[in-house]
Parts: sequence; structure tokens; C-alpha cells
Amino acid sequence: MKGFLEGSRAVAEVIKLVKPGVISAYPITPQTHIVEELARMVANGELPAQFINVESEHSAVSVCLGAVATGVRAYTATSSQGLIYMSEVLFNIAGMRLPLVLTCANRALSAPINIWNDHQDSISVRDTGWIQLYAEDIQEVVDLQIIAYRLAEDKALMLPVMVCMDGFILTHGIENVDIPNQEQVDRFLPFYKPLYKLDPDEPLTMGLLADPDYYLETRFALQETLKEALSLIPKITQEFAKVFSRQYPGLIEEYKTKDAERVIVAMGSVCSTIKEVVDELRAKGKKVGLLKIITFRPFPAKEIYDALKNVPKVAVLDRALSLGSFAPLAAEIRAVFFGKNKKPKLISSFIAGLGGRDITVDSIKEIFRLLTTKEKTAEFIDLKPELLKEKIDV
Amino acid sequence: MKEIRIHARAGQGAITTAALLGYTYFLKGMFAFAFPHFGAARMGAPMNAFVRVDSKPVRLRSQIYEPDYVIIVDATLLRGFNCFLGLKEKGIVIINKREGIQIPKVKPTQKVFLVPANEIALKTIGRPLGNTALLGAYAAATQEFGLEDLVEAIKKRFLGKMQEANINAVKEGFAYVRTTYF
Repeated sequence: MKGFLEGSRAVAEVIKLVKPGVISAYPITPQTHIVEELARMVANGELPAQFINVESEHSAVSVCLGAVATGVRAYTATSSQGLIYMSEVLFNIAGMRLPLVLTCANRALSAPINIWNDHQDSISVRDTGWIQLYAEDIQEVVDLQIIAYRLAEDKALMLPVMVCMDGFILTHGIENVDIPNQEQVDRFLPFYKPLYKLDPDEPLTMGLLADPDYYLETRFALQETLKEALSLIPKITQEFAKVFSRQYPGLIEEYKTKDAERVIVAMGSVCSTIKEVVDELRAKGKKVGLLKIITFRPFPAKEIYDALKNVPKVAVLDRALSLGSFAPLAAEIRAVFFGKNKKPKLISSFIAGLGGRDITVDSIKEIFRLLTTKEKTAEFIDLKPELLKEKIDV
Repeated sequence: MKEIRIHARAGQGAITTAALLGYTYFLKGMFAFAFPHFGAARMGAPMNAFVRVDSKPVRLRSQIYEPDYVIIVDATLLRGFNCFLGLKEKGIVIINKREGIQIPKVKPTQKVFLVPANEIALKTIGRPLGNTALLGAYAAATQEFGLEDLVEAIKKRFLGKMQEANINAVKEGFAYVRTTYF
């Protein structure tokens, strides 16, 4: 059904179609509308799920861990501090191989307190073993939610998936969106039959102690499984296309990169703005393009290599930082080309849009302009020089 | 593509206004993207809502700096902000009229419409929420769509008494601009 829907409302509508048995969440801006809407659906009897109210995100995600461990499909959503508060449990969920799906409404981290959008929250939990998918627009968020469950519950994976959507821009943005029907979702996503579950009749322990004789192999198994996910994701998105008639490349999306001389690599909603700028510059004869990373974990190194190996100049736009070091996405893009013969002459790294600083057409043009012969590392875009003068005399 | 910027205070219904505006275009088969930007994220704090409209999907995600149309829900904002900033050459501004507020001068190609939207709302809805009256005025001032398109959107988004009241507000806002300015 085509509608004009707020991103959060669209997510709630699609989660209803996915039919989770348990939802547990703690409200935090900008995730709030998603869980408010789901709570309303449960209260009205529209969604036959158990909505478990808790006192924190740590408990919310722990409830979901327990639910999935007993063989029930579950859902949670959070943002920013909430995701960081969950992080201990996030590692456990991946380690216990439980296919939970979580929506992260991306928001900056404190301090200073900031409710607006960047990617620092989800980037900070990139090493948990969760699959991370980044959405460009509301339609993609909706579709990735369904794909996420199918992927998580695949018997070859049994891993949790985080769907990342930019806070406010996508959670509070309203646009044309097609919400699939129940029959389509049921066809694509069968009733969840767990590979293992906590069951008093057949007792089982999960997440038990693995001493040095065993732990290393559990991490190796996770690493190997995540590598397998790279070939599984495109297969699942192809099946998705058959049922829903919408095509997603799954791992990365190449936008006018084939003959491009300058390409920006980015994730999330800013990719739409970049596409707009790419078209504007192309109309003026500039050979520019965009490489959108949809799947950040597992990291699609081979696909990125193939997409960028013949591009002379690459700019990586990070909306997060590894403070005191390189920008996270840029460091990995550079690592892809380490020791390779075919590679871009230059890979520059830019930081923009932290804490909701608007990324405008001019910000993107500035990045293309700065893609000269001099390589930039974690170069901040749109800094206000007048604010940088403030200091305490010592 | 048309770009609309709404100036209001948090809690005055600017998001609903943006959503209704986008929805009206949506019902006409257009693509719209409506989104808010909060300042202090507190009720009463100045905030913006934006709508971009096009015949193809809207991709631009940044805020709106050069609007075709501006709607000012709370004219007291004109005291502290340049709500006209970046207004396009043939831009149109619709202001919820309020006594004692200085209205900035515009170029001869630009137009300003002062509408007593809160008075209309008090009469039709019973509360000083001039948003729907302003949308009626928007339809008349910009001629982007007809009064009936707006009424259609309101019928789909409001029920019962509120539907009737808001339809009346829209019609009065529309009629005010028509009779006063055309």
C-alpha cells in the first residue's frame, strides 16, 4: 500500500507485518515514535505480541535476548546512549548466535548532549558481531527490516542484525513509501523455527563459560559465518526483489562510478543528497560518482575493491570518529587497497555532519573540490572558525 | 522542485502542517519529503519544518535555505529571526497576522500575505491554532493546488468534528486571501 508516512510509523507498520512475539524497548529520542506506535498497536490488539515495559535499554535488549533464546521472534529499537548502554548485551546476543533484529535510529553521543543525527552510536558497536545495514531512505528502511529478519534467521547465519536509519531525517521525515502486504511478507519470511532454544523438556545451556581451550574457536566461527553472510546477503535481496519487485544490491550500491574520476564513499541518508550533487556535476561534464555502503558489517571488501579499483580519486565521508585515530569508514576503505596494485591514486577522508550539523549541497561540493592531489586525513567539513577561537587561558 | 519552509515554535503544529501540505501534494500524484528541524527541542522553542515537492522522488536531505514559499505560524519569530532569509526571487510568504510586528520589506517580485489565521481558527476550531487556515491561504496565494485538494487531504487525516472544523478553517483562510489580495 502506497502512503505518505513518517519513517518511524513506516517501521512500526512493517514490524507489525513481521509479527514479532516479543517487543521490548525503552524510549529515547529519535527512536521514540517507533516504539510508541508499536505499543499502541499491541494495546489495540492490532499486533498480537507481548510488549514488555522495562526501566532501561540494558533490560530491553536483555528481555529480547531471553525471548529469542526461547525460540520467539523479537524486536527492539534504540538510539545513541541507549545503544551504548545495550552494548554489553549486544556482544552476548551475537556470541550466543541469537537472530534478534534491532533498529538503530542513529544519533550522536554525549557529552555534550546532542539529540541529532550522526553515526557514532552504531559505529561504536561495530565489533559486537552484529550485521549492520545502513538505509538511505524510508523505503529502504522498511525493506531492510524484512530482509534483516530473513537474514538473521537463516540457518547458515543465526546472527543478530541492526538496521540503521538516520535520526530525524528518516525517523521524523515523511515521504512516499510502499508498505508491503501481509501475504508478501509471509511468503518471503516464513514463521520463525529456531535451530535451538531454551526448552525445559530438552535442557540446553547458552552463553556458558568457554575457557582458553574453546573460546578462540567460537570467535573464529563467528568470523567465518560473517564472511559467509557476504554471499548470502545478495541472494536474499534477489529473492526479496522477486516477491516485492524492489531491487537492492545488498552490500554496496554504485551510483555513476563506472567512468568516474572522483567518487565519494558514504552511508545512510546523505547518499541521497550526494546523488543529487553527482547529477548536477555530471550535467556540467564532471565525472563524479557515489559508492554507497549498505552493509557495513560484514565489511564487503571485495565488492568495494572492484567498485573503486579504477577510480583515480576517492573521498570517504565519515559521520563518526575513532577519536585520536582515523575516521572509521575511511580506515577500512584504505585497508581494502593496502598492498594492491590496482588502486585509487588517492583516498582522502572527511568528517561531516556530526551531531546533526546539516550536510548541504555545498558541503558535498566542498568534498569534491578538496579531492585534489593532496591526500586529506579526517578533514573536518563545515567547521565554524569563530567557535574554534574560544579558549580558556592557562 | 518547490521548497517550502515553515517557521514556528515547538508545539504549534508545524510538523502536522508540513505533513498535511506534503500529503496534499502526495494525493495529487507528486513526490514530497516533509521533515522537522528542532532547535532547543523544548516546547515553545523556535523550530522549522520543511517540505520539498517534485514530480520525481525527492533526494535532497539538507535543510531548506532558499525557499520558494515561507509559512510563518508565529509572527513573534520575526522579532529575532530573519524568516525571509534566502527567499527566492519570486518567493511568497504567508504570515499568521499579529499586531505590532514589523514585516520586513521584500523585492517587488516577492509577495507577502498577512492572514488572521489564529482568529479564523478561534472561530472555526475553537482554539488559536492557525495551521489549517494558513494552508488554505497557501493554496490561494501560491495556486499550487486547489482548495478541493486540501479539503480532500483534511478529510483523510481528520475525523468527525475536527474534520469539519478544519475544513471550515481551510476555506476561510483560502477565502481571506482571495478577497483581500486578488
